[in-house]
Amino acid sequence: MEKAMKRYMPIFVLPTFCAFILGFIIPFVMGIGLSFCEFTTVTDAHFVGLSNYVKAFQDTVFRHSFWYTALFAAVSLAVINVIAFALAAALTQEMRGTNIFRTIFFMPNLIGGIVLGYIWQLIFNGILSHYSTALALNEWYGFWGLIILVSWQQIGYMMIIYIAGLQAIPGDVTEAAQIDGATRIQRLFKVTIPMMMPSITICMFLSLTNGFKLFDQNLSLTAGEPSKMSEMMALNIFNTFYGRTGWEGVGQAKAVIFFVIVVAISMIQLKATRSKEVQQ
Amino acid sequence: MKRKSMWSTAGTCIFTVLGLIYITPILIVLMNSFKKKIYINKQPFILPSEKTWNGLENYVTAIDKYGLLESVGWTVFITVGSVLLILLCTSMCAWYITRVQTGFTRMLYLLCVFSMVVPFQMVMFTLSLVADRTGLNTPWGIMIIYLGFGAGLAVFMFCGFVKSIPLEIEEAALIDGCTPIQTFFSVVLPIMKPTYISVGILETMWIWNDFLLPYLVLDLNKYKTISIAIQYMKGSYGRVDMGAIMAALILAVIPVIIFYLSCQKHIIKGVAAGAVKG
Repeated sequence: MEKAMKRYMPIFVLPTFCAFILGFIIPFVMGIGLSFCEFTTVTDAHFVGLSNYVKAFQDTVFRHSFWYTALFAAVSLAVINVIAFALAAALTQEMRGTNIFRTIFFMPNLIGGIVLGYIWQLIFNGILSHYSTALALNEWYGFWGLIILVSWQQIGYMMIIYIAGLQAIPGDVTEAAQIDGATRIQRLFKVTIPMMMPSITICMFLSLTNGFKLFDQNLSLTAGEPSKMSEMMALNIFNTFYGRTGWEGVGQAKAVIFFVIVVAISMIQLKATRSKEVQQ
Repeated sequence: MKRKSMWSTAGTCIFTVLGLIYITPILIVLMNSFKKKIYINKQPFILPSEKTWNGLENYVTAIDKYGLLESVGWTVFITVGSVLLILLCTSMCAWYITRVQTGFTRMLYLLCVFSMVVPFQMVMFTLSLVADRTGLNTPWGIMIIYLGFGAGLAVFMFCGFVKSIPLEIEEAALIDGCTPIQTFFSVVLPIMKPTYISVGILETMWIWNDFLLPYLVLDLNKYKTISIAIQYMKGSYGRVDMGAIMAALILAVIPVIIFYLSCQKHIIKGVAAGAVKG
């Protein structure tokens, strides 16, 4: 079979492979290379060693954006997952209308980040104007605004994953625990949650990386106001590239640092939760 | 039994309230899209009155002055084209690299998995350069970019499914004289239908809402997607027309809601299936 197929390799693999080279491999390798260069357009690039990385680490706004992003990712991870799990648990009970409720909670997920940002900007500024202030005046307004925004967006998505996980738990396991005299709380922590670990791993992974990579919502809700204090890493990198001439190399170095951080954090998180998964 | 049904009624009531609260943000924008622009920022939570009512004016402005319908058209075109291209190419690729194990195919698979964790910021600058140089900065060219950058997740999901298809079916087809291409289209493709739906939905959600990639890749003087058009309305210097923005937000949300309501079962299943494999 393999022999017969090999002749057809160009038809099956080549289109994807070429696009992949063009759309991922070349930009990625070039990106790593350019992070060691100074340039404005690629043709005038010259090697400057690690100086871009030094500049990136010395950039206080970039360092601030890292802590801001990390805190944001941690808080949004907790908020989204707790609420989504609770909703999933409630909506798998016997109740009229669960399907409609699932449909409603999932809907915001399909709306794009830019649109979401402007929807919530109207609402937050409407509320804040009663206290004669605005989103753009305090970095923590922007922070909690973004938390509410991404929760509204992602809770439904995570809820769907948790519901699928809950429905996959065989009924006899929880029943056995009940017969053995386990209370509701005990069943939740000793049976349901351990059985749900694969779903929890996925949801935590998704919400954590989504939190770190957040860009559109940040751009449209606050655009980094006040004076870059609510700027998250992705937006900071974007602004370094396109807002400061001569800093393209530093922008690329920041992008590499960002990439390493995202990969490292997702690996650590996957390892930590995977180890808690149980065999069914 | 009585107690249980009481709880379930109470639950339904609570969730009806929660559900209503959940969709309020969209309703507020909808309500404001009918108001005159100067009243929107001042009193966003008050229903339009005779003084503030603006009819469909805002929608007319958004469509005439900002070319919103054109943007919707381009977004539909790019999304549908890219998703179809991704589904066709990556499913064929995934079938091949799962069935033919060589160093090359194994490497390609690993690279695809790797590409899933790379944030877009890492490649955005160089990718926009590549697109510019190769002339892929059109709605047709961007489909190839999407195929390249979106291949990772799609190949990964298709590979996961191909592994679960018993080899015997394909072997039988080949022995009966099918070429690999016939085998793929008449045997493998129908079996993979659920995966096509899952991958298609995940990629549609991504591409429809994507802002940064088209923003950097497309020639913005000629083509704008909805997200880009809205960002331009807000970000352009001078006075911001809040009325037109409200109308634009609604115009951006309507296609999504229609798409969602018409195939929500598939969407919800697709998300659940995608997560399990991801």
